[in-house]
Amino acid sequence: MAISNKPIVWGPFAAGGTVTAFLTPVLVLLTLLAAFGHVPDVLAYERLHALLGHWPAKVLAAAVVFLSLWSAAHRLRITCHDLGVRADIAVATLLYAGALAGAAASVLFLARI
Amino acid sequence: MAEGMSRKPYLRREGLSWIFRHPRYLRYMTREFSCLFIGGWTLWMVWGLKQLADGPQAWFAFLEYLKSPASIVFQVITLGFAAYHSYTWFKLTPQALPIQIGEDFVPGAAIAGAHFGVWAALSIAVLHLAGAF
Repeated sequence: MAISNKPIVWGPFAAGGTVTAFLTPVLVLLTLLAAFGHVPDVLAYERLHALLGHWPAKVLAAAVVFLSLWSAAHRLRITCHDLGVRADIAVATLLYAGALAGAAASVLFLARI
Repeated sequence: MAEGMSRKPYLRREGLSWIFRHPRYLRYMTREFSCLFIGGWTLWMVWGLKQLADGPQAWFAFLEYLKSPASIVFQVITLGFAAYHSYTWFKLTPQALPIQIGEDFVPGAAIAGAHFGVWAALSIAVLHLAGAF
């Protein structure tokens, strides 16, 4: 990969690492509470549907999804290299495309809410 | 120095055994493997957005699916890996964001500590706003 591409893949990785560090544990805690039958108010259908009906919330949710998936994809790419997989271009293309596809799907679903 | 790279690079044959050669390597791989769970959980939540868009019944089915034993195990493991990622990420902030005031650098413990403090406050705020307590 050309040196000039580095900031483009690394920027969202750093941003995503920060976003997931701050948010992912507490968000998992919310779904875990729901899993144990103590559904937080915000996960009730009407509440969440109304919340994600607002455009700022949609943009924020899509941004969190994109940054989380991108940073996970980038880290997995590095991990593949650490584990001895040397087909970096193929691995990187597959993982970044997957992250973009997941983010695009979230945009489509959010637009329908 | 990409232009100075050999055209016949030396490829070391490495298995996975290096991971267990030092506790530091094991901690490194644990941190790196957090991406599988954070990424997997995020994709799952993208599916949750689809269920939410599909209507109340689909969303209710999603909430029910969260309660299956396998998904509870997955969420518990994800919570552990996600918290470990946060810990390692904030622990590195003094190196990533050194702050200089005048001649002196702000102590690393203060920078990392501030991040841990904001993380705790933000988590409590999100739980409270979400109506968890």
